[in-house]
Amino acid sequence: MQAFTTLDGLVAPLDRSNVDTDAIIPKQFLKSIHRSGFGPNLFDSWRYLDVGEPGQDCSLRPLRSDFVLNLPRYQGAEILLARENFGCGSSREHAVWALYEYGFRCVIAPSYGDIFFTNAGKNGLLTVTLPAPGIDQLFREVEAAEGYRLEVDLRQQSVTTPDGEELKFDIETALKDRLLSGLDDIGITLEDSGLIQDYETRRVKERPWLFADIDS
Amino acid sequence: MTAKTLYDKLWDEHVVNDYENGTSLLYIDRQLVHEVTSPQAFEGLRQAGRKPWRRSASLAVPDHNVSTRNRDVVNDPVSREQLDALDRNVKQWRIPYFELLDERQGIVHVIGPEQGACLPGMTVVCGDSHTTTNGALGALAMGIGTSEVEHVLATQTLPTKKSRNMRINVANRLAPGVTAKDLILHIIGEIGTAGGVGYVIEFTGESVSALSMEGRMTLCNMAIEAGARSGMVAVDDKTLDYVRGRPFAPAGSDWEKAVAVWDDLHSDPDAVFDRTIEFDASLVYPSVTWGTSPEMVAPIHGEVPDPESEADPVKREGMLNALAYMDLRPGTPIRAIRPDNIFIGSCTNSRIEDLRDAARVVAGKRLAESVKQALVVPGSGLVKRQAEAEGLDRIFSDAGFEWREPGCSMCLGMNEDRLSAGERCASTSNRNFEGRQGAGSRTHLVSPAMAAAAGIAGHFTDVRDL
Repeated sequence: MQAFTTLDGLVAPLDRSNVDTDAIIPKQFLKSIHRSGFGPNLFDSWRYLDVGEPGQDCSLRPLRSDFVLNLPRYQGAEILLARENFGCGSSREHAVWALYEYGFRCVIAPSYGDIFFTNAGKNGLLTVTLPAPGIDQLFREVEAAEGYRLEVDLRQQSVTTPDGEELKFDIETALKDRLLSGLDDIGITLEDSGLIQDYETRRVKERPWLFADIDS
Repeated sequence: MTAKTLYDKLWDEHVVNDYENGTSLLYIDRQLVHEVTSPQAFEGLRQAGRKPWRRSASLAVPDHNVSTRNRDVVNDPVSREQLDALDRNVKQWRIPYFELLDERQGIVHVIGPEQGACLPGMTVVCGDSHTTTNGALGALAMGIGTSEVEHVLATQTLPTKKSRNMRINVANRLAPGVTAKDLILHIIGEIGTAGGVGYVIEFTGESVSALSMEGRMTLCNMAIEAGARSGMVAVDDKTLDYVRGRPFAPAGSDWEKAVAVWDDLHSDPDAVFDRTIEFDASLVYPSVTWGTSPEMVAPIHGEVPDPESEADPVKREGMLNALAYMDLRPGTPIRAIRPDNIFIGSCTNSRIEDLRDAARVVAGKRLAESVKQALVVPGSGLVKRQAEAEGLDRIFSDAGFEWREPGCSMCLGMNEDRLSAGERCASTSNRNFEGRQGAGSRTHLVSPAMAAAAGIAGHFTDVRDL
């Protein structure tokens, strides 16, 4: 996982609430057994006029010209500005892989689906939570000014507008540390192998049925 | 000792370590595995030179991609590859596995409780948001992403932060003909799809106690649609009656020991919840969703709402988008909506009781001519066998419904069961998102009895009037 420290990025506004992970990456693309290749199908049914299928050359497909990510002014966007409950629905981590591969490094929204939020943190995608009034302000500003960029500083927990206004955000220490370091979660946990084994030894005695073999 | 909620108890029992940064390392008793969210996790394990921590803590089954027409043919080569990958991965690590041709195969959240592989007091995870279903057993059951699937495979633990406690208390009893599905749709309609974000919900109250285990599973299944991390119901005699004798449930002296432990799986009387929401079951009616989010729901006697009467501009925009997508006009009576497809199945509503409910409505009647296709997809091979023993398959077939093999089927359109653009489905599944049942498809979420009734009438109708 890539570490996240600071980002000065172009902002794209997605002005819908409850954007679900089915919309972020439709189900027909979940059949891949790899982690890559999802970027071209990000928001597939909003982005293209035709019906997307796996294996297409997406560069040849007709675009919906009015979808925000297809507008010339938002090409190369790295920050997605979104509304309430972004990433609700299915647990598919493919949604995060698709956003990341497309080029997004940060999402800014008032709230997120729980599983999506966790998945983002496992993949170096920063999910900034700001109160609704701050989000409203950013939507107004980004729509008013072409080339609108924001500076995101994870260490300072701040989002800075082109006017120099600084919006502070909260983030859990554990998530912040992990994003800043880019460290592998599993490796960290395995340093506690002894504790896990101790726990199991105790539980096998107290609750043997939890460890019964379920081989058929 | 401080009073604890059920969630507090389940949490405390499973903490391996508390870290200074506010997260805890939680031990996971059972991981369910299916073909869609696991291949990248197994790939990650291999790339890092790791192996599963405790192989028999997992149970794998193919469900999302499988054909419900026949067992041995998957025509789509991409689906085939994913099913083959699951087969290779679980065999490499000798993970307990119900293959496609095993009669116990079925939807992952149906087979877990059915086999006794998921038990009261367990922590259960799966790379699938509807894992919350298993909370009906008095377990802590959570959907996780693929990175977490890999983490649990490698360590049998999950680093996670505790959620807050929410209690949804439903007083009184549901009226006859009103089901757990109607109740959960009603609840989501009230608190919204983000209403449970950051919480674990415990469902309590007279109407929840009165629900069968199948009904409780339906309720907990859709806790995720309210945004919650998990949903759960306390253990009572119904739970014990359901679990007793299941293939992987404890037996003999272990059963006695387990019951003694499970007796405590309820919130203490003076436990403190961060939020409590009260509902009255007598105010819940058969419900139908009209939009593209489960919170967009109305009672059967209601009508499609008018976005102009919504004050919040973001919500109004959402309603306008939904009505355009669903091709519905404000003020249309719900009863006037005419589905051309019926789907009875999914991890929400494919258990034996669901099929019995639908069959009672269908018995002796015929599918309306305007309905192009009506699928009944049992949740597992064992549900299918039970239903056939009761003659339910013939009731459905005689009425013009197709009786299928178990799988996720038309809930999410990853297999060949899907809608075409513009088709409208009365569906017992859990999500009415845009394109969920196929690109351009329109989904109305309902109970099994209401789906069956719509199939017979050709339009939504109050199942209690039939």
